[in-house]
Amino acid sequence: MTEPLQGYLRADGRKGVRNILVVAYLVECAHHVSCEIVATFRDRAVHLIGFPGCYPNDYAAGMMEKLCTHPNVGAALLVSLGCEGYNKRPLVDAISASGRPVKLIGIQGTGGTRKTIEAGKAWVDATLRELEAQQRVPMDVAELTVGTICGGSDATSGLTANPAMGVAFDLLIKDGAKTIFEETGELIGMEHLMAARATNPALGEALKETVAKAARHYAQMGYASFAPGNADGGLTTIEEKSLGAYAKSGQSTIDGIIKPGIEPPKKGLYLLDVVPDGDPRFGFANINDNAEIAELIACGSQVILFSTGRGSVVGSAISPVIKVCANPETFKRMEEDMDVDAGRILEGRATLPEVGREIYDLVHRVGNGAPTKSETLGHQEFILTYKSFEPLGPSCLPL
Amino acid sequence: MKLAPQDNVAVALRPLSAGETVMLGSSALTIARNIAVGHKLAAQPIAPGDKILKYNCPIGSATCAIAPGEYVHTHNVASDYLPTYTLEP
Repeated sequence: MTEPLQGYLRADGRKGVRNILVVAYLVECAHHVSCEIVATFRDRAVHLIGFPGCYPNDYAAGMMEKLCTHPNVGAALLVSLGCEGYNKRPLVDAISASGRPVKLIGIQGTGGTRKTIEAGKAWVDATLRELEAQQRVPMDVAELTVGTICGGSDATSGLTANPAMGVAFDLLIKDGAKTIFEETGELIGMEHLMAARATNPALGEALKETVAKAARHYAQMGYASFAPGNADGGLTTIEEKSLGAYAKSGQSTIDGIIKPGIEPPKKGLYLLDVVPDGDPRFGFANINDNAEIAELIACGSQVILFSTGRGSVVGSAISPVIKVCANPETFKRMEEDMDVDAGRILEGRATLPEVGREIYDLVHRVGNGAPTKSETLGHQEFILTYKSFEPLGPSCLPL
Repeated sequence: MKLAPQDNVAVALRPLSAGETVMLGSSALTIARNIAVGHKLAAQPIAPGDKILKYNCPIGSATCAIAPGEYVHTHNVASDYLPTYTLEP
Protein backbone atom coordinates (compact mmCIF):
# COMPACT_ATOMS: atom_id res chain seq x y z
CA MET A 1 0.00 0.00 0.00
CA THR A 2 1.54 3.31 -1.11
CA GLU A 3 1.08 6.06 1.49
CA PRO A 4 0.73 9.74 0.53
CA LEU A 5 3.73 11.90 1.40
CA GLN A 6 3.75 14.82 3.83
CA GLY A 7 6.53 17.35 4.18
CA TYR A 8 7.74 20.52 5.87
CA LEU A 9 7.38 23.49 3.50
CA ARG A 10 10.45 25.77 3.25
CA ALA A 11 10.54 29.42 2.14
CA ASP A 12 12.00 28.46 -1.26
CA GLY A 13 9.09 26.11 -1.96
CA ARG A 14 11.02 22.88 -1.39
CA LYS A 15 9.72 20.36 1.12
CA GLY A 16 11.55 18.23 3.68
CA VAL A 17 10.52 14.84 5.07
CA ARG A 18 12.23 15.65 8.38
CA ASN A 19 12.53 18.85 10.43
CA ILE A 20 16.07 18.65 11.77
CA LEU A 21 17.92 21.26 13.79
CA VAL A 22 21.58 20.87 12.83
CA VAL A 23 24.41 21.79 15.19
CA ALA A 24 27.47 22.39 13.00
CA TYR A 25 31.04 22.76 14.25
CA LEU A 26 33.20 24.90 11.97
CA VAL A 27 36.52 23.38 13.06
CA GLU A 28 37.48 20.23 15.03
CA CYS A 29 38.27 22.47 18.04
CA ALA A 30 34.50 23.15 18.35
CA HIS A 31 33.53 19.47 17.97
CA HIS A 32 33.32 18.55 21.66
CA VAL A 33 31.23 21.58 22.59
CA SER A 34 28.85 20.77 19.71
CA CYS A 35 28.62 17.11 20.82
CA GLU A 36 27.71 18.19 24.35
CA ILE A 37 24.94 20.45 23.04
CA VAL A 38 23.51 17.70 20.81
CA ALA A 39 23.72 15.06 23.56
CA THR A 40 21.17 16.96 25.66
CA PHE A 41 18.55 16.53 22.94
CA ARG A 42 19.22 12.87 22.20
CA ASP A 43 15.67 11.78 21.45
CA ARG A 44 14.69 14.88 19.53
CA ALA A 45 15.49 15.99 15.98
CA VAL A 46 18.92 17.51 16.65
CA HIS A 47 21.80 16.27 14.50
CA LEU A 48 25.54 16.95 14.54
CA ILE A 49 27.44 17.88 11.38
CA GLY A 50 30.64 19.85 10.84
CA PHE A 51 33.93 20.39 9.08
CA PRO A 52 37.12 19.62 11.03
CA GLY A 53 39.67 21.55 8.94
CA CYS A 54 41.15 24.89 10.00
CA TYR A 55 41.98 25.94 6.43
CA PRO A 56 39.23 27.13 4.09
CA ASN A 57 38.09 24.86 1.21
CA ASP A 58 35.52 25.83 -1.42
CA TYR A 59 34.12 22.30 -1.66
CA ALA A 60 33.60 21.99 2.11
CA ALA A 61 32.08 25.48 2.38
CA GLY A 62 29.68 24.67 -0.48
CA MET A 63 28.75 21.37 1.15
CA MET A 64 28.09 23.03 4.52
CA GLU A 65 25.86 25.67 2.93
CA LYS A 66 23.84 23.04 1.02
CA LEU A 67 23.49 20.87 4.13
CA CYS A 68 22.44 23.74 6.44
CA THR A 69 19.80 24.83 3.90
CA HIS A 70 18.69 21.28 3.00
CA PRO A 71 14.91 20.72 2.78
CA ASN A 72 15.08 18.31 5.77
CA VAL A 73 16.75 21.01 7.92
CA GLY A 74 14.64 23.57 9.82
CA ALA A 75 17.30 25.53 11.71
CA ALA A 76 21.07 25.64 12.28
CA LEU A 77 23.35 26.42 15.22
CA LEU A 78 26.93 27.11 14.09
CA VAL A 79 29.66 26.56 16.67
CA SER A 80 32.99 28.29 16.08
CA LEU A 81 36.14 28.32 18.16
CA GLY A 82 36.85 31.85 16.95
CA CYS A 83 40.26 31.81 15.28
CA GLU A 84 39.70 29.11 12.60
CA GLY A 85 39.92 29.76 8.88
CA TYR A 86 36.27 29.00 8.11
CA ASN A 87 34.64 31.96 6.36
CA LYS A 88 31.59 32.11 8.65
CA ARG A 89 29.71 35.17 7.41
CA PRO A 90 28.63 33.80 3.99
CA LEU A 91 27.32 30.63 5.69
CA VAL A 92 25.30 32.59 8.26
CA ASP A 93 23.94 34.87 5.51
CA ALA A 94 22.94 31.93 3.25
CA ILE A 95 21.05 30.16 6.06
CA SER A 96 19.39 33.41 7.14
CA ALA A 97 18.39 34.24 3.53
CA SER A 98 16.78 30.77 3.26
CA GLY A 99 14.33 31.80 6.01
CA ARG A 100 15.72 29.42 8.62
CA PRO A 101 16.54 30.39 12.21
CA VAL A 102 20.36 30.49 12.55
CA LYS A 103 22.77 31.35 15.35
CA LEU A 104 26.55 31.57 15.38
CA ILE A 105 28.28 31.15 18.72
CA GLY A 106 32.03 31.51 19.24
CA ILE A 107 33.64 29.62 22.08
CA GLN A 108 36.40 32.19 22.63
CA GLY A 109 33.96 35.14 22.66
CA THR A 110 31.39 33.36 24.84
CA GLY A 111 33.93 32.55 27.55
CA GLY A 112 34.90 28.91 27.07
CA THR A 113 33.48 25.40 26.95
CA ARG A 114 30.87 25.43 29.71
CA LYS A 115 29.37 28.82 28.91
CA THR A 116 29.15 28.00 25.19
CA ILE A 117 27.43 24.66 25.86
CA GLU A 118 24.87 26.47 28.04
CA ALA A 119 24.27 29.22 25.46
CA GLY A 120 23.96 26.64 22.68
CA LYS A 121 21.53 24.48 24.66
CA ALA A 122 19.33 27.48 25.45
CA TRP A 123 19.09 28.46 21.77
CA VAL A 124 18.43 24.88 20.62
CA ASP A 125 15.75 24.41 23.28
CA ALA A 126 13.87 27.58 22.23
CA THR A 127 14.25 26.95 18.49
CA LEU A 128 13.21 23.27 18.74
CA ARG A 129 9.87 24.36 20.21
CA GLU A 130 9.25 26.42 17.05
CA LEU A 131 10.22 23.52 14.77
CA GLU A 132 8.14 20.99 16.68
CA ALA A 133 5.07 23.23 16.30
CA GLN A 134 5.41 23.36 12.49
CA GLN A 135 2.60 21.57 10.62
CA ARG A 136 3.29 19.35 7.63
CA VAL A 137 1.68 19.84 4.22
CA PRO A 138 0.82 17.33 1.47
CA MET A 139 3.81 16.50 -0.73
CA ASP A 140 4.06 14.92 -4.17
CA VAL A 141 6.61 12.22 -5.10
CA ALA A 142 7.82 14.63 -7.79
CA GLU A 143 9.06 16.86 -4.94
CA LEU A 144 11.33 14.06 -3.73
CA THR A 145 15.03 13.54 -4.47
CA VAL A 146 16.30 10.04 -3.66
CA GLY A 147 19.97 9.03 -3.58
CA THR A 148 21.34 5.52 -3.74
CA ILE A 149 24.55 3.96 -2.45
CA CYS A 150 25.89 0.48 -1.70
CA GLY A 151 28.23 -0.32 1.15
CA GLY A 152 29.69 -3.48 2.60
CA SER A 153 28.94 -5.14 -0.75
CA ASP A 154 29.26 -8.84 -1.44
CA ALA A 155 28.38 -11.05 -4.40
CA THR A 156 24.68 -11.02 -3.42
CA SER A 157 24.45 -7.19 -3.62
CA GLY A 158 24.40 -7.25 -7.42
CA LEU A 159 21.92 -10.16 -7.49
CA THR A 160 19.20 -8.90 -5.14
CA ALA A 161 19.35 -5.52 -3.36
CA ASN A 162 20.96 -3.40 -6.08
CA PRO A 163 18.69 -4.47 -8.97
CA ALA A 164 15.67 -4.21 -6.59
CA MET A 165 16.66 -0.61 -5.76
CA GLY A 166 16.98 -0.11 -9.54
CA VAL A 167 13.35 -1.25 -9.91
CA ALA A 168 12.33 1.24 -7.19
CA PHE A 169 14.31 3.98 -8.99
CA ASP A 170 12.48 3.27 -12.26
CA LEU A 171 9.11 3.58 -10.44
CA LEU A 172 10.15 6.83 -8.72
CA ILE A 173 11.38 8.32 -12.02
CA LYS A 174 8.05 7.42 -13.64
CA ASP A 175 6.38 9.46 -10.87
CA GLY A 176 8.57 12.47 -11.67
CA ALA A 177 11.08 12.17 -8.80
CA LYS A 178 14.74 13.15 -9.05
CA THR A 179 17.11 10.23 -8.48
CA ILE A 180 20.88 10.10 -8.02
CA PHE A 181 23.36 7.21 -8.24
CA GLU A 182 27.05 7.67 -7.57
CA GLU A 183 30.54 6.36 -6.88
CA THR A 184 32.15 6.57 -10.28
CA GLY A 185 35.06 4.50 -8.92
CA GLU A 186 32.59 1.61 -8.67
CA LEU A 187 31.39 2.04 -12.24
CA ILE A 188 34.79 1.17 -13.70
CA GLY A 189 34.17 -1.25 -16.57
CA MET A 190 30.54 -0.04 -17.00
CA GLU A 191 31.37 3.11 -18.97
CA HIS A 192 30.22 1.84 -22.39
CA LEU A 193 26.96 0.36 -21.08
CA MET A 194 26.24 3.60 -19.22
CA ALA A 195 27.05 5.86 -22.20
CA ALA A 196 24.51 3.92 -24.29
CA ARG A 197 21.80 4.99 -21.79
CA ALA A 198 22.59 8.72 -22.00
CA THR A 199 19.89 11.03 -23.35
CA ASN A 200 22.36 12.39 -25.95
CA PRO A 201 25.80 11.40 -27.36
CA ALA A 202 27.65 14.36 -25.78
CA LEU A 203 26.42 13.28 -22.33
CA GLY A 204 27.48 9.70 -23.19
CA GLU A 205 31.04 10.91 -23.85
CA ALA A 206 30.98 12.92 -20.59
CA LEU A 207 29.87 9.79 -18.68
CA LYS A 208 32.79 7.80 -20.15
CA GLU A 209 35.25 10.56 -19.23
CA THR A 210 33.86 10.67 -15.68
CA VAL A 211 34.61 6.97 -15.20
CA ALA A 212 38.02 7.31 -16.88
CA LYS A 213 38.83 10.10 -14.37
CA ALA A 214 37.86 7.77 -11.52
CA ALA A 215 40.09 4.98 -12.92
CA ARG A 216 43.03 7.41 -13.16
CA HIS A 217 42.41 8.66 -9.62
CA TYR A 218 42.34 5.19 -8.06
CA ALA A 219 45.35 4.05 -10.15
CA GLN A 220 47.33 7.02 -8.77
CA MET A 221 46.17 6.26 -5.23
CA GLY A 222 47.23 2.60 -5.63
CA TYR A 223 43.92 0.96 -4.68
CA ALA A 224 40.55 0.41 -6.28
CA SER A 225 37.38 1.24 -4.33
CA PHE A 226 37.40 -2.29 -2.98
CA ALA A 227 37.55 -3.46 0.64
CA PRO A 228 38.84 -6.85 1.86
CA GLY A 229 35.27 -7.70 2.92
CA ASN A 230 34.16 -7.41 -0.71
CA ALA A 231 36.54 -10.25 -1.61
CA ASP A 232 35.48 -12.32 1.42
CA GLY A 233 31.94 -11.90 0.11
CA GLY A 234 32.81 -13.42 -3.27
CA LEU A 235 33.61 -10.34 -5.35
CA THR A 236 36.85 -10.94 -7.24
CA THR A 237 37.61 -7.69 -9.10
CA ILE A 238 36.51 -4.04 -9.25
CA GLU A 239 34.75 -4.81 -12.56
CA GLU A 240 32.63 -7.47 -10.85
CA LYS A 241 31.82 -5.10 -7.97
CA SER A 242 30.96 -2.41 -10.53
CA LEU A 243 28.49 -4.69 -12.33
CA GLY A 244 26.58 -5.08 -9.09
CA ALA A 245 26.85 -1.41 -8.13
CA TYR A 246 25.67 -0.33 -11.57
CA ALA A 247 22.41 -2.28 -11.14
CA LYS A 248 21.28 0.35 -8.59
CA SER A 249 20.66 2.78 -11.42
CA GLY A 250 17.77 0.74 -12.89
CA GLN A 251 16.84 0.81 -16.57
CA SER A 252 15.86 4.46 -17.13
CA THR A 253 17.76 6.81 -19.44
CA ILE A 254 20.51 8.85 -17.78
CA ASP A 255 19.64 12.55 -17.85
CA GLY A 256 22.78 14.19 -16.53
CA ILE A 257 25.94 14.32 -14.42
CA ILE A 258 26.14 16.37 -11.23
CA LYS A 259 28.86 17.07 -8.67
CA PRO A 260 28.59 17.34 -4.86
CA GLY A 261 26.30 20.22 -3.85
CA ILE A 262 24.62 20.52 -7.26
CA GLU A 263 20.94 19.57 -7.27
CA PRO A 264 19.39 17.80 -10.27
CA PRO A 265 17.68 20.60 -12.25
CA LYS A 266 14.67 18.47 -13.23
CA LYS A 267 13.21 14.99 -12.82
CA GLY A 268 15.09 11.92 -13.97
CA LEU A 269 18.26 9.95 -13.26
CA TYR A 270 21.63 11.61 -12.54
CA LEU A 271 25.14 10.30 -11.97
CA LEU A 272 26.90 12.04 -9.06
CA ASP A 273 30.59 12.42 -9.93
CA VAL A 274 32.29 12.11 -6.54
CA VAL A 275 35.91 11.91 -7.70
CA PRO A 276 37.85 15.21 -7.36
CA ASP A 277 39.20 16.89 -10.49
CA GLY A 278 42.91 17.15 -11.21
CA ASP A 279 45.69 15.22 -9.46
CA PRO A 280 44.79 13.80 -6.03
CA ARG A 281 45.41 16.61 -3.53
CA PHE A 282 43.66 15.70 -0.29
CA GLY A 283 43.71 11.88 -0.31
CA PHE A 284 41.16 9.31 -1.38
CA ALA A 285 38.06 10.44 -3.27
CA ASN A 286 35.76 9.23 -0.52
CA ILE A 287 37.24 7.82 2.64
CA ASN A 288 34.10 5.81 3.52
CA ASP A 289 30.40 5.36 2.72
CA ASN A 290 29.23 8.29 4.87
CA ALA A 291 31.37 10.74 2.89
CA GLU A 292 29.29 9.72 -0.15
CA ILE A 293 25.99 9.84 1.73
CA ALA A 294 26.77 13.41 2.85
CA GLU A 295 27.36 14.33 -0.82
CA LEU A 296 24.09 12.71 -1.94
CA ILE A 297 22.30 14.74 0.75
CA ALA A 298 24.08 17.95 -0.32
CA CYS A 299 22.62 17.30 -3.80
CA GLY A 300 19.17 17.53 -2.24
CA SER A 301 18.41 13.86 -1.38
CA GLN A 302 15.69 13.76 1.29
CA VAL A 303 15.83 9.94 1.45
CA ILE A 304 18.79 7.57 0.89
CA LEU A 305 18.56 3.94 -0.31
CA PHE A 306 21.53 1.92 0.99
CA SER A 307 22.15 -1.66 -0.11
CA THR A 308 24.45 -3.94 1.83
CA GLY A 309 25.49 -7.58 1.60
CA ARG A 310 28.09 -7.90 4.38
CA GLY A 311 25.93 -5.84 6.74
CA SER A 312 26.61 -2.12 7.10
CA VAL A 313 24.83 -0.51 10.06
CA VAL A 314 25.27 3.20 9.28
CA GLY A 315 22.61 5.86 9.00
CA SER A 316 23.21 9.57 8.49
CA ALA A 317 22.62 13.01 9.84
CA ILE A 318 19.85 15.00 8.06
CA SER A 319 18.27 12.36 5.77
CA PRO A 320 16.80 8.94 6.66
CA VAL A 321 18.72 5.93 5.29
CA ILE A 322 16.72 2.87 4.19
CA LYS A 323 18.85 -0.25 4.52
CA VAL A 324 18.23 -2.92 1.87
CA CYS A 325 19.95 -6.19 2.82
CA ALA A 326 21.12 -8.28 -0.14
CA ASN A 327 22.32 -11.41 1.64
CA PRO A 328 19.76 -13.68 3.38
CA GLU A 329 22.37 -14.95 5.88
CA THR A 330 23.31 -11.38 6.86
CA PHE A 331 19.63 -10.48 7.29
CA LYS A 332 19.10 -13.36 9.74
CA ARG A 333 22.12 -12.18 11.75
CA MET A 334 21.41 -8.42 11.64
CA GLU A 335 17.64 -8.09 11.16
CA GLU A 336 17.42 -5.24 13.70
CA ASP A 337 19.53 -3.06 11.41
CA MET A 338 17.82 -3.88 8.11
CA ASP A 339 14.67 -2.32 6.63
CA VAL A 340 14.25 -4.66 3.64
CA ASP A 341 15.12 -8.37 3.22
CA ALA A 342 16.07 -8.49 -0.48
CA GLY A 343 17.83 -11.85 0.04
CA ARG A 344 14.35 -13.42 -0.27
CA ILE A 345 14.95 -13.15 -4.04
CA LEU A 346 17.93 -15.52 -3.76
CA GLU A 347 15.89 -17.98 -1.72
CA GLY A 348 12.98 -17.86 -4.19
CA ARG A 349 10.62 -16.34 -1.57
CA ALA A 350 10.07 -13.09 -3.51
CA THR A 351 10.66 -11.74 -7.00
CA LEU A 352 12.77 -8.77 -8.01
CA PRO A 353 9.71 -6.65 -9.00
CA GLU A 354 8.04 -7.47 -5.64
CA VAL A 355 11.03 -6.31 -3.60
CA GLY A 356 11.43 -3.25 -5.87
CA ARG A 357 7.81 -2.33 -5.17
CA GLU A 358 8.35 -2.90 -1.43
CA ILE A 359 11.28 -0.43 -1.47
CA TYR A 360 9.17 2.08 -3.44
CA ASP A 361 6.37 1.81 -0.86
CA LEU A 362 8.85 2.11 2.01
CA VAL A 363 10.23 5.35 0.50
CA HIS A 364 6.66 6.69 0.78
CA ARG A 365 6.22 5.52 4.39
CA VAL A 366 9.58 6.99 5.43
CA GLY A 367 8.70 10.15 3.50
CA ASN A 368 5.51 10.27 5.51
CA GLY A 369 7.50 10.22 8.75
CA ALA A 370 8.00 6.54 9.61
CA PRO A 371 11.47 6.07 11.16
CA THR A 372 14.02 3.78 9.48
CA LYS A 373 15.88 1.10 11.47
CA SER A 374 19.05 3.23 11.59
CA GLU A 375 17.06 6.26 12.82
CA THR A 376 15.46 4.16 15.57
CA LEU A 377 18.90 2.95 16.64
CA GLY A 378 20.20 6.53 16.80
CA HIS A 379 22.62 6.38 13.84
CA GLN A 380 23.61 9.88 12.67
CA GLU A 381 27.02 9.33 11.05
CA PHE A 382 28.53 12.30 9.27
CA ILE A 383 31.90 13.10 7.74
CA LEU A 384 33.19 15.92 5.57
CA THR A 385 36.78 16.24 4.37
CA TYR A 386 38.80 18.34 1.91
CA LYS A 387 38.25 18.00 -1.86
CA SER A 388 38.58 20.09 -5.01
CA PHE A 389 36.28 20.19 -8.03
CA GLU A 390 36.11 22.04 -11.33
CA PRO A 391 32.69 23.34 -12.52
CA LEU A 392 30.48 20.94 -14.53
CA GLY A 393 31.22 20.52 -18.23
CA PRO A 394 28.80 21.94 -20.85
CA SER A 395 27.06 18.66 -21.76
CA CYS A 396 26.42 17.42 -18.21
CA LEU A 397 22.98 18.90 -17.50
CA PRO A 398 19.75 18.54 -19.50
CA LEU A 399 18.58 21.71 -21.28
CA MET B 1 23.08 -20.70 -11.66
CA LYS B 2 24.45 -18.84 -14.65
CA LEU B 3 23.48 -15.17 -14.89
CA ALA B 4 23.75 -15.14 -18.70
CA PRO B 5 23.95 -18.07 -21.16
CA GLN B 6 27.35 -16.89 -22.46
CA ASP B 7 28.93 -16.93 -18.98
CA ASN B 8 31.86 -19.25 -18.20
CA VAL B 9 31.24 -18.96 -14.45
CA ALA B 10 28.17 -19.78 -12.35
CA VAL B 11 27.04 -18.40 -8.98
CA ALA B 12 26.29 -20.55 -5.90
CA LEU B 13 22.73 -19.97 -4.67
CA ARG B 14 23.43 -22.04 -1.55
CA PRO B 15 26.65 -23.09 0.19
CA LEU B 16 28.31 -25.88 -1.84
CA SER B 17 30.49 -28.55 -0.20
CA ALA B 18 33.68 -30.09 -1.56
CA GLY B 19 33.01 -33.39 -3.30
CA GLU B 20 29.33 -32.83 -4.06
CA THR B 21 28.03 -32.92 -7.62
CA VAL B 22 25.66 -30.21 -8.83
CA MET B 23 23.71 -30.00 -12.07
CA LEU B 24 24.17 -26.85 -14.12
CA GLY B 25 21.77 -27.11 -17.04
CA SER B 26 22.51 -30.56 -18.48
CA SER B 27 26.11 -30.83 -17.26
CA ALA B 28 27.21 -32.29 -13.91
CA LEU B 29 29.93 -30.37 -12.03
CA THR B 30 31.96 -31.86 -9.18
CA ILE B 31 32.73 -29.23 -6.56
CA ALA B 32 36.48 -29.11 -5.78
CA ARG B 33 36.26 -27.12 -2.52
CA ASN B 34 33.62 -25.43 -0.34
CA ILE B 35 31.95 -22.45 -2.02
CA ALA B 36 29.90 -19.83 -0.10
CA VAL B 37 26.62 -18.26 -1.24
CA GLY B 38 27.14 -15.78 -4.08
CA HIS B 39 30.67 -17.00 -4.84
CA LYS B 40 31.64 -18.25 -8.30
CA LEU B 41 32.62 -21.59 -9.85
CA ALA B 42 33.84 -22.43 -13.33
CA ALA B 43 31.04 -23.70 -15.58
CA GLN B 44 33.48 -24.93 -18.26
CA PRO B 45 37.24 -25.26 -18.78
CA ILE B 46 38.88 -21.81 -18.67
CA ALA B 47 42.36 -21.20 -20.15
CA PRO B 48 44.93 -18.74 -18.75
CA GLY B 49 44.21 -15.26 -20.11
CA ASP B 50 40.56 -16.04 -20.89
CA LYS B 51 38.06 -13.32 -19.95
CA ILE B 52 35.81 -14.33 -17.06
CA LEU B 53 32.23 -13.65 -18.13
CA LYS B 54 29.47 -12.94 -15.57
CA TYR B 55 26.18 -11.32 -16.69
CA ASN B 56 27.88 -11.71 -20.13
CA CYS B 57 30.31 -8.98 -19.03
CA PRO B 58 34.07 -9.40 -18.55
CA ILE B 59 34.95 -9.15 -14.84
CA GLY B 60 38.68 -9.88 -15.28
CA SER B 61 41.06 -12.47 -16.79
CA ALA B 62 42.08 -15.94 -15.66
CA THR B 63 45.64 -16.08 -14.32
CA CYS B 64 45.85 -19.90 -14.67
CA ALA B 65 43.87 -22.80 -16.11
CA ILE B 66 40.58 -23.36 -14.24
CA ALA B 67 38.73 -26.70 -14.43
CA PRO B 68 34.90 -27.01 -14.41
CA GLY B 69 33.54 -26.95 -10.83
CA GLU B 70 36.63 -25.20 -9.47
CA TYR B 71 36.26 -22.16 -7.21
CA VAL B 72 36.84 -18.89 -9.14
CA HIS B 73 38.15 -15.97 -7.09
CA THR B 74 41.17 -13.71 -6.46
CA HIS B 75 43.61 -16.68 -6.54
CA ASN B 76 42.92 -17.41 -10.23
CA VAL B 77 41.44 -14.17 -11.63
CA ALA B 78 42.92 -10.65 -11.95
CA SER B 79 41.24 -7.35 -12.77
CA ASP B 80 41.83 -5.82 -16.21
CA TYR B 81 41.71 -2.40 -14.53
CA LEU B 82 42.99 -2.11 -10.96
CA PRO B 83 44.50 -4.70 -8.60
CA THR B 84 42.28 -6.14 -5.87
CA TYR B 85 43.38 -5.42 -2.30
CA THR B 86 42.80 -8.20 0.25
CA LEU B 87 44.12 -8.85 3.75
CA GLU B 88 45.13 -12.44 2.92
CA PRO B 89 48.62 -12.98 1.39
